[in-house]
Amino acid sequence: MNKIFSKPTEDPLWLKLTLGIIAVGFIAIMLLMPLVLVFKEALASGVRTFFSAMVEPDTLAAVKLSLLAAAIAVPLNTVFGIAAAWSIAKFDFRGKTFLVTLIDLPFSVSPVVAGLVYVLVFGMQGWLGPTLAGYDIRVLFALPGIVLATIFVTFPFVARELIPLMVDQGRDEEEAAATLGASGFQTFMRVTLPNIKWGLLYGILLCNARALGEFGAVSVLSGHIRGQTNTMPLHVELLYNNYDYTGAFAVAALLAMLALLTLALKSFLEWRYADELAASHRH
Amino acid sequence: MSLVVASVTKKFARFPALRGASFVAPQGAFVSLLGPSGSGKTTLLRILGGLEVADTGSVRFADLNWLDMPARTRNAGFVFQQYALFRHMTVADNIAFGLKVRPRDMRPSRADIKKRVTDLLALVQLAGLEDRYPSQLSGGQRQRVALARALAIEPRMLLLDEPFGALDTKVRKELRADLRRIHDHAGVTTVFVTHDQEEAFAVADLVAVMRDGRIEQYGTPQDVRRDPKTAFVSDFLSA
Repeated sequence: MNKIFSKPTEDPLWLKLTLGIIAVGFIAIMLLMPLVLVFKEALASGVRTFFSAMVEPDTLAAVKLSLLAAAIAVPLNTVFGIAAAWSIAKFDFRGKTFLVTLIDLPFSVSPVVAGLVYVLVFGMQGWLGPTLAGYDIRVLFALPGIVLATIFVTFPFVARELIPLMVDQGRDEEEAAATLGASGFQTFMRVTLPNIKWGLLYGILLCNARALGEFGAVSVLSGHIRGQTNTMPLHVELLYNNYDYTGAFAVAALLAMLALLTLALKSFLEWRYADELAASHRH
Repeated sequence: MSLVVASVTKKFARFPALRGASFVAPQGAFVSLLGPSGSGKTTLLRILGGLEVADTGSVRFADLNWLDMPARTRNAGFVFQQYALFRHMTVADNIAFGLKVRPRDMRPSRADIKKRVTDLLALVQLAGLEDRYPSQLSGGQRQRVALARALAIEPRMLLLDEPFGALDTKVRKELRADLRRIHDHAGVTTVFVTHDQEEAFAVADLVAVMRDGRIEQYGTPQDVRRDPKTAFVSDFLSA
C-alpha cells in the first residue's frame, strides 16, 4: 500500500540511515578511534612500563609545569573574560564591535604567530627584552613566557561563552536591581553572576582543557629545556622524536585523561543541576 | 512634595526622543503617560526612574533635585513590561531583594523581612506562593510579584512601564483595578505608561497625552476626553 501523505518533517528511511551512518562513522573514525589508540599504545608494553614512564622525573616536571601554567592562566582569563563580556553585554560604547573582533583574534591567528610576536616583544633583540634582562627578568624560555602564550591562546574561551548568554539575558534584571537600591557590586554578585554561572563554568572548563593542551605558541616561547620548560604537550613531542613511544603515549594518555575528566565533570554537573539549569533559561 | 517635570529633553544618537516634556503632579497622584509608540513616554518614565539620563531640563520631587540622584538612591519602585524578575530567585527572595541589599544599619531583621514578604504577597493576592520560581508563574502572577517587589522598598514614587502590555484583556482589567486599590492604600505618587487610552482613563487621576517627545495635552480624564485641545489628541482618542 502506498502512503500518499506523510508528515512534512518525515524523511525517507534510506536518507535517515545514510545520515546516521555518516555521522556515527565520522565520530568513530575521527574522534573515538584515536582516543582508544592512545590508551592502547600507552599500555602496549604493560601497565608497569606505563607507570614507570609516568613517574620519570622529566615527565613529572612537565606535568607540574603544565598544571602551574594553567593554574595562572585560567583564573586570569576568567577575570578578563567576565570583564569583557560584562562591558560588551551591559553597556554601549564606541568601538564595541572592534573589541568583539579583537577577542576572537586568538582563535583566528595561528598560535605559532602569537608565539613569534611575543619573541619580538620580549626577546633579547625585542622591545622589552633588554630592559627586562637588566632587571634580571627572563620571559622567553621561562615560566612567564609559557604563561603569556597560554593566556593569549585561551583568552576567548570564557568571554565567548559569556557574551551571547549575557546579551540574551539583557539588562532588565540589572536595571531592576538598581532601582531597588543595589550597588553595582551587589548587582553583579547577586543578579549577574548567578545568572551566568553555568556558562561561566563551561567556559572555565574549556579554557582549562585548552590551557593544558596548548602546543604551538608555547613551543615557540618555551625553549624546550627538558625538565625545566617543557610542558606536557611539548614533552610528548620530545619523547616521540626520541623514539620513546611508550613514554610519549603514556604522557599523551595522561593528557587525554585530563580532557575526559573535564568532559565528565561538565556532564556530571549538568546532570546534577538539571532542574536549576532549566529554570535559569529565559522564562 | 509635588512632582515637577520641566522641559526634559533626550536624544538617542540623532533621534530626539523627548523635545521638552513638562508636567506637574500633586503628591500621591496617579498620572498616566499616554501616547503611540515612539512618542517618548517610556523614555520619560526611565528618566524619572534614573535608568536614562536627560540631556537638559529638570525634575523636582519631594524638594529633591531628582535628576542629580543615581537610580539606587531615588527609592523609586520600577515595574517593567517584561517583569524583569530575578529568575534564579524564589518569589520571596525577589520581593525581599530591595530590603536585603540595604546597608546593615538600615536593613530590617530577617523576621521583619519575612513578615513584609507575606504581607505584600497578600496585598497582591498571591498568598502562599513564596517558594515558587518566576518560571513557574503565569504572566499576570509574575507582574503581581514585580509589583510587590517594587512596593517592598516603600518607594517614594512608583513607575510602571506598560506593565500589563503582555497580558490578556481579562487579566489586564483585574490587575489595573488591583493597582488602583494598592495605589490608594499606599498613597505613593505613581506614573504609569500605556498606549491603551481606555486603560489610562480607567486608572489615572491625570492623563498626559504624548506626541513626538512633547506632552500634547495634560489634565483629568474627563477634561481630556470632553475637550481635546488638538486635532492629534481627538484623533488619537477616537481611534
